[in-house]
Amino acid sequence: MTELHLMTVAELSAALHAGRVSSVELTRALLARIERHDRALNAFISVDAESALAEAAAADARRHAGDAGPLTGVPIAHKDIFCTRGQKTTCGSRMLANFVSPYDATVVERLRAAGVVTLGKTNMDEFAMGSSNETSFFGPVRNPWDGARVPGGSSGGSAAAVAARLVPAATGTDTGGSIRQPAALCGVTGIKPTYGRVSRFGMIAFASSLDQGGVLAISAEDAALLLGAMAGFDERDSTSVELPVPDYTATLEQPLKGLKIGMLREFFAGLDPAIEQLIRAALALLHAQGAVVREVSLPNLPLSVPTYYVVAPAECSSNLARYDGVRYGHRCEQPRDLTDLYERSRGEGFGAEVKRRIMIGTYVLSAGYYDAYYLKAQQVRALIAADFERAFHEVDVVIGPTTPTTAFSLGAKSADPVTMYLSDIYTIGANLAGLPAMSVPCGLLEELPVGLQIIGPHFSEQKLLNIAHRYQCESDWHLRVPRGFG
Amino acid sequence: MEWETVIGLEIHAQLATRSKIFSGSATAYGAPPNAQANLVDLAYPGVLPVLNAEAVRMAVKFGLAINARVARRSVFARKNYFYPDLPKGYQISQYELPIVSGGAVDILLEDGTSRRVGITRAHLEEDAGKSLHEGLAGLTAVDLNRAGTPLIEIVSEPHLRSAREAVAYMKKIHTLVRYLGICDGNMQEGSFRCDANVSVRVRGAEKFGTRTETKNLNSFRFVERAINYEIARQIEVLESGGKVLQETRLYDPDRGETRPMRSKEEANDYRYFPDPDLLPLEIDQPYIDTVAAGLPELPDQKALRLMNEYGLSAYDAGVLTASAELADYFEVAARDLGGRSAPHHAKLAANMVMGELSGLLNRDGVQISDSRVDPASLAGLLRRVVDNTISGTIAKDVLEGMWEEGRGADAVIEARGLTQITDESAIETAIEAVLAANPARLADYRAGKEKLFGFFIGEVMKATARKANPARLNELLKKKLGGG
Repeated sequence: MTELHLMTVAELSAALHAGRVSSVELTRALLARIERHDRALNAFISVDAESALAEAAAADARRHAGDAGPLTGVPIAHKDIFCTRGQKTTCGSRMLANFVSPYDATVVERLRAAGVVTLGKTNMDEFAMGSSNETSFFGPVRNPWDGARVPGGSSGGSAAAVAARLVPAATGTDTGGSIRQPAALCGVTGIKPTYGRVSRFGMIAFASSLDQGGVLAISAEDAALLLGAMAGFDERDSTSVELPVPDYTATLEQPLKGLKIGMLREFFAGLDPAIEQLIRAALALLHAQGAVVREVSLPNLPLSVPTYYVVAPAECSSNLARYDGVRYGHRCEQPRDLTDLYERSRGEGFGAEVKRRIMIGTYVLSAGYYDAYYLKAQQVRALIAADFERAFHEVDVVIGPTTPTTAFSLGAKSADPVTMYLSDIYTIGANLAGLPAMSVPCGLLEELPVGLQIIGPHFSEQKLLNIAHRYQCESDWHLRVPRGFG
Repeated sequence: MEWETVIGLEIHAQLATRSKIFSGSATAYGAPPNAQANLVDLAYPGVLPVLNAEAVRMAVKFGLAINARVARRSVFARKNYFYPDLPKGYQISQYELPIVSGGAVDILLEDGTSRRVGITRAHLEEDAGKSLHEGLAGLTAVDLNRAGTPLIEIVSEPHLRSAREAVAYMKKIHTLVRYLGICDGNMQEGSFRCDANVSVRVRGAEKFGTRTETKNLNSFRFVERAINYEIARQIEVLESGGKVLQETRLYDPDRGETRPMRSKEEANDYRYFPDPDLLPLEIDQPYIDTVAAGLPELPDQKALRLMNEYGLSAYDAGVLTASAELADYFEVAARDLGGRSAPHHAKLAANMVMGELSGLLNRDGVQISDSRVDPASLAGLLRRVVDNTISGTIAKDVLEGMWEEGRGADAVIEARGLTQITDESAIETAIEAVLAANPARLADYRAGKEKLFGFFIGEVMKATARKANPARLNELLKKKLGGG
């Protein structure tokens, strides 16, 4: 038997089912691994061994009672943006450093119901605002492939934890690339579903019209298993969509013959030739399986970044108004009056990037500027969505790189926000259009992972997972483990 | 210089839903502080709003009742500002696309004419919580029970020209929302309140003057006083060469004056934008038709019907239909007395309901629905007036007896011996005794002091314990005095 920590969720599920390992044994093994490696990585904000072991014991009991599903007893981690009942939920911020959630997010609740064991909460950029995990109040996460480099963000802790095989899978959220970009930089598989596919209830809001929960895992098959358990309509989230959830694992093996793939022209203009070569090699592999590749153009896509940096800050400036030091969260010492309470609680509780976005957002919504910024951005957003829609008349999915570079060094971009924002240049489009998108490991450049991005029409998760799985059947990039973590 | 006042009202009516507009918490008034605030109301991290369908239905009802357009698509927007009783840091309201727009109501003016008051829009929104300052030694406490209670904000056109008109309009809306069963109308508890926009201009001027907005008026009396204070204040400012400042003001009921709260410059920039947590609200025609089919008879329709069926005056019909319960009470009594075939009897019932009965209800603070005399008993009393068993004057005493003792009219009449004296000889005897006892006055009367007729009537009434039939007495006394 392969070492436990190297096994995929699907393999663990089979091992648990066959009784080759118990959930308690598995949980112990992974807790020990986190204990050993996480000091260096800082992928976790909190680990609750006691509750994890209790959940594992309950999962084992459930299995003995004959009441186990495919995920029962499988340990995972949650990005610390998902509320977990009775446990700290910090969102990577000093503002919520001591916040204990009184309830479970829908995603957490559904995975618990499936019998999943929660090992801990993963590190992230503060309130999911960042592309490097450097804005976390709990310190940066290190990329397991190179400790001097960033894991990407904002779901950097989840990506690093999976890449280092501290957990087989973890939840994440993606507002502008926060699942796909770290997945690419850490060499793991990540899926951001269609907006509305996964409930946002209990997922702390950054930009409500863009936020979507998803999965980071070793393989597309694992992502399919977990997404199936998380997804679905939730009456507590008015933006969740009332559509049945298909069995994502049932269609993984479908042949790709006749699949029409669009190569996104705008994603290849000016792309690093070494990355381009790896993307083209991946496309060749899909072509070899019968897919047809042709070029498509989304002329408005280059406007994604400026559009995003109006819409997302606008929404966040309003979403984060609730952190006022009145009911929960950080409150300054000895406030003199109400204004002082607000100013100091928020001034102390939020980090620089969060403040920057609140200020941008407040500005673009202000009287006299609303039309020029927010309204205009919404119009451009509609154009970008229309571009995608047109493209999907011609092709089934579009493909390109997930990121313009491999993992960059800690501190390399943190002083220059705009350069940092541009690292999401390829991922933001899918969020603006609400489309499902994946990042799949497709090679290594100087021992650093590169991600292939697949974007499909609304609710085409099955197709994306099918393509990713078929690709992974013919490649082993997703099974590569960074040195020292094998 | 002659001034003209221009007034528009923004009325906030709390919708009578059982739960809040975006959460499942109860809305009942008077619970211990924060007992009705759940995680959504407290704006915990990660929670989301879910629209209450009943609140939508109520807003649609209102829109139909004022002949307004009900939007097929309306949008919830966030109104952003910081305050401790606003947990999310924004209020969910409607801004550019409200659910109801372009309606009107007619109000009856004092000169008997009616005026149409336009309603620009009515939108759905959530109420804020309450900040409490009293008895807290400089601290502020927050009660979020009210946070998230559904409201409709009803914005009138600037069609009102006096405080009286504003009150008549507000009463009209008050009546309407209670008929529709969408608001309990309780002004003391803040379920129905308004902000008054007031400006003055030289009569005949086309442009409006600069307006002030006086917030949170929660009684008809306050509305009238606050507006009249504002009118006088603004005219005084203008006549002394000053300028009215555009500002928000507060009415102080203890001192009967308004005071500035914040100026235009200090006004918040609310940074409205569509709430991304809520999809646009889509309403289709079949839904609107269903709501329309369930509308009750509305006050204006009811008043018209009462005039037609029972021959009531517009004024009486207006007073009786101010509340559906009062009108229902009247109708039960009037039908009992013969309904449309006996308009004279209906008028008796109307007078008794609007007069003595309303007096007793007010005196004891009892709602018409809890009246101690039911409409059938009231009809029984009036039948005794119609058949001359008692006079209209005595009927008032009998009603009071029924109210106090909880017995029927006949029982009270008999127990108190109030049966009218119609027997001519008995009345004549009483007249003769009175005249005999007042020879001087009789002489004066005969000398031409005809006013003394009333004195004699009064004395005979006193002597008969007011039981003498007034018509008969009148007739007999005339005969006696005339005949010498």
